[in-house]
Amino acid sequence: MIALERRPNTSRFWLYATPLLAVILTVLSGAILFTVLGFDPIEALTAYFISPLRDSYGLGELTIKATPLAIIAIGLAIGFRANVWNIGAEGQLTLGAITGGGLALLFYGAEGPWLPPLMLVGGMLGGAVWAAIPAFLRTRFNANEILVSLMLTYVAGLLLSYLVTGPWKDPMGFGFPRTRMFGEGALLPTLFAGSRMHIGFPIALATVAGAWFLIARSFIGFQIKVVGLTPPAAGYAGFSNKRIIWATLLCSGALAGLAGAIEVSGPIGQLTPSISPGYGFTAIIVAFLGRLHPLGILCAAMLMALSYIGGESAQIELGLPLAVTGVFQGMLLFFLLASDVLVHYRIRLRLTREAV
Amino acid sequence: MDLLAPIMISIIAASTPLLFAAIGELVVEKSGVLNLGVEGMMLGGAVIAFIVSVETGNSTLAVVAGAAMGAVMASLFALLTLGLLANQVATGLALTLFGIGLSALLGQGYVGTPLKALPKLSITGLSDIPILGLVLFGQDVLVYLSFLVTGGVAWFLYRTRGGLILRSVGENPQAAHAIGFPVIRIRLFAVLFGGAMAGLGGAYLSLSYTPMWAEEMSAGRGWIALALVVFATWRPGRVVVGAYLFGGLTLAQLHLQGMGSTAIPSQFLNMVPYIATIVVLVLISRDATRIRMNAPASIGKVFHPDG
Repeated sequence: MIALERRPNTSRFWLYATPLLAVILTVLSGAILFTVLGFDPIEALTAYFISPLRDSYGLGELTIKATPLAIIAIGLAIGFRANVWNIGAEGQLTLGAITGGGLALLFYGAEGPWLPPLMLVGGMLGGAVWAAIPAFLRTRFNANEILVSLMLTYVAGLLLSYLVTGPWKDPMGFGFPRTRMFGEGALLPTLFAGSRMHIGFPIALATVAGAWFLIARSFIGFQIKVVGLTPPAAGYAGFSNKRIIWATLLCSGALAGLAGAIEVSGPIGQLTPSISPGYGFTAIIVAFLGRLHPLGILCAAMLMALSYIGGESAQIELGLPLAVTGVFQGMLLFFLLASDVLVHYRIRLRLTREAV
Repeated sequence: MDLLAPIMISIIAASTPLLFAAIGELVVEKSGVLNLGVEGMMLGGAVIAFIVSVETGNSTLAVVAGAAMGAVMASLFALLTLGLLANQVATGLALTLFGIGLSALLGQGYVGTPLKALPKLSITGLSDIPILGLVLFGQDVLVYLSFLVTGGVAWFLYRTRGGLILRSVGENPQAAHAIGFPVIRIRLFAVLFGGAMAGLGGAYLSLSYTPMWAEEMSAGRGWIALALVVFATWRPGRVVVGAYLFGGLTLAQLHLQGMGSTAIPSQFLNMVPYIATIVVLVLISRDATRIRMNAPASIGKVFHPDG
C-alpha cells in the first residue's frame, strides 16, 4: 500500500530537484515518442537538443526565443505568487505588438534613435491596458480573471488580423496580410556580427534582476507573497487584495506587451497575423518550471527556447512534425506537476493495511 | 417562415458541442474539482473521432473513440490532481497545452481530408412535419444524446443517492471522508465523465458541425464551456439555456457575415462570442453572494485525508 504523508516542512532538496527530474522524464518519454513515430531516438534527440547549439548563430537564436519567454514568465510568476491567474499573456503580447508596431508605422520615414525605446514603452502600455480589463472586471465585478484574460486573447488575435488585412495592410505587399517592413531606425540593434541576437536579451536579463529585487527586497513583493501563501493573514495585516490584483495584472500585462513590442521590432520587423508561436502560453510552463523564481525562470526560458528551435531543427533534419514541440512542452509541465508531490509529501510504503 | 427551420437547426448544431463540454464540466465541478483542460480534451476527442471515422468509416466507433480519448486525457488529470495532489489550475492548463500539441501531431496527416457528416435521423412521417419536423426529428444522434445526458445528469445529481454523495464530496470532502465515502474514487469518476463529455463535444465538432480536422478547431469552445458552468450557477437546466444562447449568438454572427454586410469587418463579428462570454461572466459574477451560495464549496482545493 503506497501512502502519501505530508511533510512538516517543504523539502528544499526536492524543490530544486523536481525541475531536473521533470526534464529527464520528458527526454526519456521523448525518446519513446520518437521511436513510436518511427525515428531513431538517439538521432532525433540529437537533432532536437544538441544540433541547434553547435554554432554561435544557434546560440543567438536561443536568446531570441528565450527573451520573450523570460520576460513574460517573470510577469506571470509575480501574479501566480499572489494566486492571480493571468492566462491571457498571449493576448497582452499581441496588443503590445500592435501598439509598438503601430508606432513604427506612424513614424515611418521619420525614425530616430528615440523610436525603439518609444515603441517598447508603447508595447508595455498596450499590454498593461489589455490586462487592466480583467483586473477591473475582477476587482469591480468579481469576474474570473482566468476566463476573461483568455477570452481577450482571442479578441486580440482578431484585432491584429483585422489591422493587417485592413487599414495597416502593406499596399505593395501583393495582397499578403501584413504591414510594410518597419524602417531601419525602428528596429532593435543587434549585438554581434553573425548572430541575430539583439538588445532584447539584455532587457530580459535586466527584467530578471528587477523582478528579483521586487520580490526579495520590496514591500509590495512581500505583500504579494503573503497574499498568495495565507490570504487571511494578508487580510489581518491590512494588505489590500484589490491592489495586489491590479498591481500583478498590470505588471504581467506590461511585461507581456514589452515582449510583443520586442518581437516585432526585433526578429520580425513588421506586423503579421501570427507574431508569436504561443509564447504567452509557453511562458506559463516557464514560470512553473522556474519555480516562480526570477533566476529559475531565466534557466527555464533557455530550456523552452531550446524546445522551439530544437523542434525547427528536427523538422529540417529529420522531417519530424513541428507539433512535437507542443507535446514536449505539455509533457514537461505534466512531469513537473507530478513530481512536485515530493516537495510537500513523503511517499511511504505500508506493508499491511491499517485496521480501520 | 421558410428560414425558421434552417436557423433552428444551425443553432442546435452550434450549441451541441458547448452543451456536452459544459454538462461534463458541471459534474466535475460539483464534485469539487476544477478541470481547466476542457479545451485540450475537446481537441483530443475531435482528432481521434475524426481519424477513426476516416480509417474505419464507422461513425459509432468514431464517437465512442472520441469520448474514450477525452476520458483517457482526463485520467491523466485525475492521476496528477487526485493521486499526486498537484495544483488543479496548473494541471488543467497543462492538459490544454498538451492536448493542443498532441491533437496537432496526431491529426497532421488528416488536415484537408474530406469526411461525410454524421447521418441525420429521418423518421417517416414525423421528420416531414413542416418546420418542427426536421428540428425535432431530423438531427443526428449526438444532438439527442446531449439532451439525454443533460437530463440524466440533472436526475442523477438531484434525485439519486449517488448524486447527493457526489455533491456532498464537492461541498465538504473532509466530512464526506469522515462518514466513509471514497472521496478520491468519486472525484475520479466525475473527472472521467467530464473528460468523456468534452471528448464527445469534440467528436461532434469534427464529425458533424464541420466534418473535417483543423488544428485548434475548437477555437476556445472549451473555455466558453467553462464560463457557461459559472453562467449556469452550476445548474444543469441553465447550462442548456446558456449553451443555446451561445449557439444562437454564434449563428447570428455567422449569418451577418454570410449576408456579406461589409460595413462590419468579419474579424469584429468573430469577436462576438468571446466578448459575450466576458459580458455574461461579469453579469453573473457581479453578485458575489450568489456565486458563493451556488459554487461547490471545495472547488479547486486539493483533498488529502490528513487535512
